[in-house]
Amino acid sequence: MTVVPTARQRTGKAGTGGGSRGSAEPGLRIVLYEGAESTPLEPERRLRIVAGLLEAGYQVTRVVAGGEVAPADQSPVLALGQFDRGRAPTAASAQGTQLRFLDVADLEPEQLLAAVAGVCEELEVSEPGGWTPWFPVIDYERCTNCMQCLSFCLFDVYGVDDDSKIQVQNQSNCKTNCPACSRVCPEAAIMFPKYKSGPINGDVVREEDLDRESMKVDISSLLGGDIYSALRNRQREARERFSTERDESRALLERKRCLAKLQKDLDIPSEVLMSLPSAGDIEERARRAREKRKQRLERSKSVQDQRRIAPSEDDWGI
Amino acid sequence: MSAPVSAAGRRPPRVLYCNCTYAKVVPPEVKSEVLAGLCRSELAFDSVADLCELSARQDPALRRIAEGGEVTIVACYPRAVRWLFHAGRTPLPEQGGEILNMREQGSEEILSRLVQLGGTNQATDR
Repeated sequence: MTVVPTARQRTGKAGTGGGSRGSAEPGLRIVLYEGAESTPLEPERRLRIVAGLLEAGYQVTRVVAGGEVAPADQSPVLALGQFDRGRAPTAASAQGTQLRFLDVADLEPEQLLAAVAGVCEELEVSEPGGWTPWFPVIDYERCTNCMQCLSFCLFDVYGVDDDSKIQVQNQSNCKTNCPACSRVCPEAAIMFPKYKSGPINGDVVREEDLDRESMKVDISSLLGGDIYSALRNRQREARERFSTERDESRALLERKRCLAKLQKDLDIPSEVLMSLPSAGDIEERARRAREKRKQRLERSKSVQDQRRIAPSEDDWGI
Repeated sequence: MSAPVSAAGRRPPRVLYCNCTYAKVVPPEVKSEVLAGLCRSELAFDSVADLCELSARQDPALRRIAEGGEVTIVACYPRAVRWLFHAGRTPLPEQGGEILNMREQGSEEILSRLVQLGGTNQATDR
């Protein structure tokens, strides 16, 4: 194994400690180099190397003389190849790119992965993996900004941008394999690309899907519009019922039956139901949402006031 | 050096292959046959472990893929791929490019399409 640190050009780019979700920091780009001063890989060995690296979570580019690949950017690059006499070729690297070479001539797959991990450490690039990328993806051509998903999700996955447009803000809060929010979306606008079936997996939305979608649980209308006050009312009513009926086991059975139906209808994994936030957390979230809404309204009112104060064309008699 | 030109007289397409590493929703035989075809071919290509992960991280790799010109993406459903790029803050260009779906199309069909788009015939050799 030979790691050859030639053509190293440190320029203080933002490539350190990257990899966290939404970090916008570049990961390591691995390039299979089979050009001058190297021996091309046998096709089967090339396949084993590429497949092994992809399974380990890396990005791999195969360059071919005259072939086109994505252009170089600020991402650190590790060039793999079978270099003549184990020496890296003279590299003309792009400005601002960190570049390393690794001779793979005598490396077994496990040794290769260990060597690549070592390069990541040296370049202070985070290694891939560690999180199953399961999160909702919004099809904005279908989304009507109805906020059903925001109201429904209890894990703070959704939020709104400065223009009050719905967006996915906390992907890693999403519960793996739970597609429930996509099932409450009246427009089938929410996708989970790793879901088993369409249209949630991104397959085209057909008329019959929409018919089915319209039969889905509309949580807010079910509870009378204001989910939180409805929940409070239900809790109060249940308490009163318990005090008169004193039949807690019947109530528990009823609750279990409702929960099982909801779980089945929305395809919610059991682990998700086990990790629901407490009533206090939900109340706190509702309070924060109300606060945000109030701030937005105040902001928009102040913008309207400013517009009113600003002289119009009429004021100038034009 | 100019790019190799196919019998059809076209430049080979820029190709992106997504391995969908973190899920088992793409038929494994389709994934492995397409990747094997690419590795045996004379095509240059970019490959990523998982487009979903790059999208969630808003990884700059999405930018270099989307902004590098016309690209043929071998991944899953086109609607999902398109909005994954959007979610990663790098929308794909409206025009140009093509998305091939390994969840629905077979490996033969995908590799044939790559050849048709301008690749070399070795992509389909077994």
